[in-house]
Amino acid sequence: MSKKIGDVILDLQNISLRFGGVKALTDISFNVREHEIRAIIGPNGAGKSSMLNVINGVYHPQEGKIMFRGTERKKMEPHMAARQNIARTFQNIALFKGMTVLDNIMTGRITKMKANFIEHALWFGRAKKEELEHRKVVEEVIDFLEIQHIRKTPVNRLPYGLQKRVELARALAAEPTMLLLDEPMAGMNVEEKQDMCRFILDVNDQFGTTIVLIEHDMGVVMDISDRVVVLDYGKKIGDGVPDEVKNNEDVIKAYLGAGH
Amino acid sequence: MPKQANFASLDGLHTFPRLLFHHAKTRPNAPAMREKYLGIWQTWTWVDVAERVRALACGLAALGFKRGDNLAVIGDNRPHLYMMMTAAQCLGGVPVPLYQDAVANEMLFALQDAGIRFAIVEDQEQVDKMLEIKDQTGALEHLIYDDPRGMRHYNQPFLHDIHELMEMGRIHDRNHPDFLNAEIELGHFDDISVMLYTSGTTGKPKGVCQTHAAFIAAAQGGVQVDNLGADGDILSYLPMAWVGDHLFSYAQALVAGFTINCPESGETVMTDLREIGPTCYFAPPRVFESLLTSVMIRMEDAGQIKQKVFHHFMAVAKRCGADILDGKAVGFGDRFQYWLGNILIYAPLRNVLGMSRIRVAYTAGAAIGPELFRFYRSMGINLKQFYGQTETCAYVCIQPDGQIKFDSVGQPAPGVEIRIADNGEVLVKGPMLLKEYYKRPDATAESINADGYFMTGDAGFLDEDGHLKIIDRAKDVGKLSNGAMFAPNYIENKLKFFQFIKEVVCFGHQRDMVCAFVNIDVGAVGNWAERRGISYSGYADLAGKPEVLELIRECVEQINADLVNDSMVADSQIHRFLVLHKELDPDDDELTRTRKVRRNFVAEKYKVLIDALYSGKTSQFIETEVKFEDGRRGKVSADLKIAEAKTFPIVKKAA
Repeated sequence: MSKKIGDVILDLQNISLRFGGVKALTDISFNVREHEIRAIIGPNGAGKSSMLNVINGVYHPQEGKIMFRGTERKKMEPHMAARQNIARTFQNIALFKGMTVLDNIMTGRITKMKANFIEHALWFGRAKKEELEHRKVVEEVIDFLEIQHIRKTPVNRLPYGLQKRVELARALAAEPTMLLLDEPMAGMNVEEKQDMCRFILDVNDQFGTTIVLIEHDMGVVMDISDRVVVLDYGKKIGDGVPDEVKNNEDVIKAYLGAGH
Repeated sequence: MPKQANFASLDGLHTFPRLLFHHAKTRPNAPAMREKYLGIWQTWTWVDVAERVRALACGLAALGFKRGDNLAVIGDNRPHLYMMMTAAQCLGGVPVPLYQDAVANEMLFALQDAGIRFAIVEDQEQVDKMLEIKDQTGALEHLIYDDPRGMRHYNQPFLHDIHELMEMGRIHDRNHPDFLNAEIELGHFDDISVMLYTSGTTGKPKGVCQTHAAFIAAAQGGVQVDNLGADGDILSYLPMAWVGDHLFSYAQALVAGFTINCPESGETVMTDLREIGPTCYFAPPRVFESLLTSVMIRMEDAGQIKQKVFHHFMAVAKRCGADILDGKAVGFGDRFQYWLGNILIYAPLRNVLGMSRIRVAYTAGAAIGPELFRFYRSMGINLKQFYGQTETCAYVCIQPDGQIKFDSVGQPAPGVEIRIADNGEVLVKGPMLLKEYYKRPDATAESINADGYFMTGDAGFLDEDGHLKIIDRAKDVGKLSNGAMFAPNYIENKLKFFQFIKEVVCFGHQRDMVCAFVNIDVGAVGNWAERRGISYSGYADLAGKPEVLELIRECVEQINADLVNDSMVADSQIHRFLVLHKELDPDDDELTRTRKVRRNFVAEKYKVLIDALYSGKTSQFIETEVKFEDGRRGKVSADLKIAEAKTFPIVKKAA
């Protein structure tokens, strides 16, 4: 691969997260480098989504340090993550079902909008000019993900695979430098998975976006990731390039399911 | 020669590049091309197009493209691809458009046959295909692409972005300012302007070489008969490799000077059609069929009152709509009803279909069901059939306004002579005939007889008004074992008019009865099944439902009842049939790229099923290999039930 992987931009050090007495994550450390595709894998309940929520600022770990671009991150809210150019998609699609694809993707631009509520409501001042600019970015995303044909279709009329793609589009509309994908291919058929893989690779390649993804499909993970971290029962049991992880004894035992 | 007489009136505008630069000079700011990009229709005026064509032509020359070279053109309808065709013609080269959805290996034959050194392709997908077979083609030297997406890591020196080519061309043009004009001057109307590969229903594809003169004559004729003006709009969405698209989007657009509009992508055609509202629309029958099917499906989901109003006015339209369009006498009551229906139903429906501004709509490529044809005409859409082949620039017969017969393809077009051979084959002669098949003098000699007539291979006859009626492919017309005529296409077309039926293949030549394979239309049948609460998991499952078999049986029996009334085909009633478990598909070689059934191939591939049909079995197991779009292979299998259809006794009419 000709792409350049940069320095560490996100460093998670000794993260522990508890919900009451339940330990979701225990003493987990790993990092994410700029421009790489980093996968988090593990069996059900391993703590993958919790991990993503920690990065995203939804959960706040009781112990550990999060370094983002060299500075320690204090307790923060998810919208702060958005302002730091971190965008995400969800395991269960979280789109506005009754709105059109176009409108849904426009909401991805929300953090970039400067006009105030009154201007938007009355359609004067900065609102109009701004909307045209945002629409242009959104149209580029639509073109990129090849969803022109559903531009004006309400989201709830779309098949699952396309809804997932719309969600990715909304995340991309925010022009993120880091993209968190929570099981982007869950519930897709082979063809949809292939399309999604291609889009993830294209995003990474064309925009240099750093991607952290959770995925169940091992084939997909091994094919597209640069490095993989493996969780089991809230603990890290493996970390490295796909080939290393594939041959790691603990990983094979816990996840790939040999010898049970 | 009559050929030259046609061109005296053209003031030397007898090649396509000359036509283009003439438009750029006389009406520089009129729109020539539009393309929807990032959600907005972008317009190129004639002068923009001419400038780009100039740059592209010079760029090609700078790369070493020479007079007589062939340029492969592969991709969806894109303005730059059309421009590249003219650019190649400027230099005396020949554009060779190929079907863009073919897999690499299918393209290989044409690329080798045409000795392609230069290719313009749309995007990364097509570039990958070319790279896959580049070494096998032997000759391919330069590959130009239109869409740079995903091409960042391709650094082969023979790959060129089209904008890079234009830049090269502009530099070349500055250094040799007289070069291109001199090249265009060298162009002659008897030069080959384009090479179109025949879809190859039989044997290897052949490159049909058409001259500028032929396509300009064909375009002029069509423009004349249907009064196509420079203010028109056409939606260019059919494969560029198809003769119909070349005639309408290229030849006629340059002759008449109207605007071509390229849709955003294959999936947005319907939306784009509505937004553009073309004045001239061209589609094969299956497109009109699927449009109608989708309207009918949506109507079935409408409320009671809406349905009643719809069906009432549809009946009115059926009664008098076509006559009103033809300007025939219609009573006052019907006229009033039709006027009301136009306000309530027809005009809104035309609008939904994107046909509000239509002056003329054409269909060709296959026979259209009379019911379907009548439906559109009764709605006030001037739908016409025309008839022609790749070898005749798709220009043999046109239906003139006011003389539309549902079962004929019209009168010979201006400049065309038609003769019927003794065996019923249609023979044609005129300025639009092919010059030759590329490097195939044997095939050329075989297809043009001693008197200069091209043998179409279609069986037909001229009726008392001089309208041509096509029955079937001459070679497909067979005989049942009792000697009665068997015209499979005729029966299949009747069946295909049912919205539930997508494709039919009939068998009967030298057999004692007619049997058929049926492909369901998964949209219509799926909707039908849903409303009846029949659950299904996929195509094969739906096709195998006993209820579906029953549904198709009803269709078949209706056709049988219809066939028995026509003494010519009464013996061709369908006795037994089955519903196929998979859709016939060009990727599996069952259909041609223009979606015509490859009868012999299908018969060969599904031989066990045919044997089962004729041996009286009630079911048959079959396993078939399928090719997916990405080239992978898989298998589908099913246990197909064979159904009997009721047939009707033939009543011999007294002579």
